[in-house]
Amino acid sequence: MNAGLDAFAQSLRAQGAAVTQVDWSPPRVPKLHHTGQGIDIEAANAEACRRINAGRPRLLGLGPARQVIPGCHDRLILHAGPPIAWERMCGPQRGAVMGALVYEGLAEDEEQAAALAAEGEVEFAPCHHYHAVGPMAGIISPSMPVFVVENQAYGNLAYATQNEGLGRVLRYGAYGPGVYERLRWMEEMLYPTLQAALESIEDGIDLRALISQALHMGDECHNRNRAGTSLFLRAITPALMRTCPDGQRAAAVFEFIEKNDHFFLNLSMAAAKALLEPAEGIPGSTVLSVMARNGTDFGIRLAGEPERWFTAPAGVVDGLYLPGFGAEDANPDIGDSTVTETAGFGAFAMAGAPAIARFVGGSPEDALETTLEMYEICFAEHEHFTLPALDFRGTPLGIDVRLVAESGIRPRLNTGIAHKEPGIGMVGAGVLRAPAACFEAAFRAVQRW
Amino acid sequence: MPVQTLLQASTYRDSVTLMQVARDLTQLAGVQDAAVVMGTGANKALLREAGLLQPESEAAGPNDLLVAVRAESQSDAEQALERAGQLLARRPASGPGGRRGFRPRSIRSAARAQPAANLALISVPGAHAAAEAWEALHQGLHVLLFSDNVPLEDEVALKRYAVEHGLLLMGPDCGTAILDGVALGFANAVPRGPVGIVSASGTGLQEAACLLARLGVGLSQGIGTGGRDLKEAVGGLMMLEGLRRLQQDPASEVLLLISKPPAASVAERVLTQAGRGDKPTVVCFLGGETELASAVIPARTLQEAAYRTAAQVAGYSGPSLEQALERERAEQRALAGELAARLQAGQRCLRGLYSGGTLAGEALIVLEDSLGAVRSNVPLRPELALPDPARSQGHCLLDLGADEFTVGRPHPMLDHDLRIRRLFQEATDPEVAVILLDIVLGYGAHPDPAAELAPALYRARAQAAQDGRELLVVASVTGTADDPQDLQRQVGALEGAGAVVAPCNAAAARLAGRILEY
Repeated sequence: MNAGLDAFAQSLRAQGAAVTQVDWSPPRVPKLHHTGQGIDIEAANAEACRRINAGRPRLLGLGPARQVIPGCHDRLILHAGPPIAWERMCGPQRGAVMGALVYEGLAEDEEQAAALAAEGEVEFAPCHHYHAVGPMAGIISPSMPVFVVENQAYGNLAYATQNEGLGRVLRYGAYGPGVYERLRWMEEMLYPTLQAALESIEDGIDLRALISQALHMGDECHNRNRAGTSLFLRAITPALMRTCPDGQRAAAVFEFIEKNDHFFLNLSMAAAKALLEPAEGIPGSTVLSVMARNGTDFGIRLAGEPERWFTAPAGVVDGLYLPGFGAEDANPDIGDSTVTETAGFGAFAMAGAPAIARFVGGSPEDALETTLEMYEICFAEHEHFTLPALDFRGTPLGIDVRLVAESGIRPRLNTGIAHKEPGIGMVGAGVLRAPAACFEAAFRAVQRW
Repeated sequence: MPVQTLLQASTYRDSVTLMQVARDLTQLAGVQDAAVVMGTGANKALLREAGLLQPESEAAGPNDLLVAVRAESQSDAEQALERAGQLLARRPASGPGGRRGFRPRSIRSAARAQPAANLALISVPGAHAAAEAWEALHQGLHVLLFSDNVPLEDEVALKRYAVEHGLLLMGPDCGTAILDGVALGFANAVPRGPVGIVSASGTGLQEAACLLARLGVGLSQGIGTGGRDLKEAVGGLMMLEGLRRLQQDPASEVLLLISKPPAASVAERVLTQAGRGDKPTVVCFLGGETELASAVIPARTLQEAAYRTAAQVAGYSGPSLEQALERERAEQRALAGELAARLQAGQRCLRGLYSGGTLAGEALIVLEDSLGAVRSNVPLRPELALPDPARSQGHCLLDLGADEFTVGRPHPMLDHDLRIRRLFQEATDPEVAVILLDIVLGYGAHPDPAAELAPALYRARAQAAQDGRELLVVASVTGTADDPQDLQRQVGALEGAGAVVAPCNAAAARLAGRILEY
């Protein structure tokens, strides 16, 4: 390979030698191999990626948040992204909070709910602090049923709600009777039916297998989940039919899932969370264990210093809009769904999901280049999530804050776009990059380790 | 005259690209001066001195690219900037299996994308070169480190690691290697054969390999070590590693080691190691002692080295060194007399205009025998230093590739502008009798040196003739028939312009000396 003057590569090619020209530019920060304490960063990152690769997330069942999430209590409201107070929450996240409080019966209407939140009557915490993840506003309230995913290689558990569908839904900041009716149905019908079915499947459903298959079927398991949802239905339907005595109910559950192309998202997110947590706490590891947004702030955490958030303002999405909406309506980047990119798929696996590229405004060629570019900032490659379009090369795994700081290349993300006002919902989808500032701050912290 | 600036933030291009774009811009209509540089402090100072630094350029950082143009009119300047934008946006093709325009951005990711790669050729700016070399070594790659200005401590640490891990670290400041028949960096197309060379001089490796090729002898491997390898601090780490490898390489039957005279302790280590092997080993410490340990065969010049090495190759039926020198002596005596007769009485001086230090050094060594003291910017002894490299005095030989001549301009192996200008300067000096030149062909070098030098030689000689003088030009061409530039064609063009082309640099220097002895 040739790093530097292109003429040398040309001479080599003229002789028939196989040469790769490196598109080199000076690193923006010094290269770090050891921490100030003398810990070998490469070895630490290798261990982090080894653990992520070794993870085996399985969907065991569901349970109400207050029952299954350790530390949950009646006034705890979990949200997507880094810690944030009510006063700074963006429109859609407030909308989702207000809706959740009404749903829980803690407030009679949304106005009262807002007052409750403003008065500090409710405890807010990131989903990530409770081994959970939530898409878009990412609100988990105590009564909501959550999926329970176990990483069988390490025994850790992760949680996520059931996906409501698209349009006027709580996670996009909408509220009102239609939203609550749906949430209630999901709590009273969807959850118990799925739970019975899952209980009857020995050892649960292997989510790693479903994700790797979905990645071979045109999904990237973040913004395109149709294959994953179909595979999930295949996995659960026999058990559903056997354990649900009421054929109408079974059919309704099947239809609910079938109509929601993103049902699998919450499962892929929970699986990603389960894969990542065992990597936390490896001294000296500069690999990201968390990447999440609350619609106001974008936050990351490093495996080597897992408790600490590095934040920057959440970015503006460059996207396509549903009819009647435009950029002036859009809320900034929001959601825990970037846990998928953190775990080595999502936008990083776009080389396997060319259809998504068009949907978010790019071309299939852009989809390939997105993945190729992400290899530049990742420490390793996935052993189980592979890309046929790249000769079955593993997806980029382990966003390394050193490589981001050196190259100036920021992680690429795909996302839905919520309306900036509470109560409205989804307005579009698009692409953006993570903001530089939190990576720069994280790198400076690493320099002081 | 309006100055216009274009600033491209976070845009990096290598120095050669920048200079090429600048040169293209200066050729545009109405453009008086153009600079295309990275926004480092030093470059901004250069722009300031040239009157090209505008307020908006002050904010540029070292990772930003600056284009500054002075033109006769505003529209000329704007057009030039637009052209600059187009040129800078052009990206060369990617490697095998590359997608439209996507290239890996680091050695690490390139190694992942191309697991079969086994060597990294690194020519990034010196400040970053060591870090890149480390990355390559950690990926298990051999390294050809072309970059210079790499700190000595880094060189030592890199080489120690490389030796421990069975890897080659050729450099820093290593311009040439020929490995498995592939020319790397500035190197020539030579046949495969039984000679293995380890050289601390890139051009030295080139000259020796080309001379061997002319004698019908090919190379197994040509390993470069970088110019500092045989200093005390580095201890000859790569010379020794290369030597050990070749001693064990079944394809290498005769070995040749090339370097300037090393530190005494290093020389001893190298000679001891050479003596441990059972393959005939020629050692050329350019200009150094000719009495070495009996286990090795000494050579004082690259010419000697080539003949001594060839003589050791089984089946070699060409001339021995003594035969070759005898024939050369006979031919050159006659020729020198004939050429000297054309000179005017006042023409007494030699002016050597060289593109590199090794051949310049070899010429100085050869010329000392005949002319005695020859001044130079790379003198054999400090007292022979030229006080002002811009003005020649007496017998004088310049290495135009040395730092004092190459700051901010392309190397003379790539660009003949400086050498041609100096040629004309010397041609107007009535004391000058002989111009001595080296021309180095091969991959990496200028695609057609004769196309630029021959017309210049013709014009310079015509200029001197108008002033009533014959300006003699003696040259050598380092190259082979298989080089991209085609040796025979280059020699023919130079001879057509009136140059006398000798078969190698040492012979050219000897001829020049003989002419002046008349």
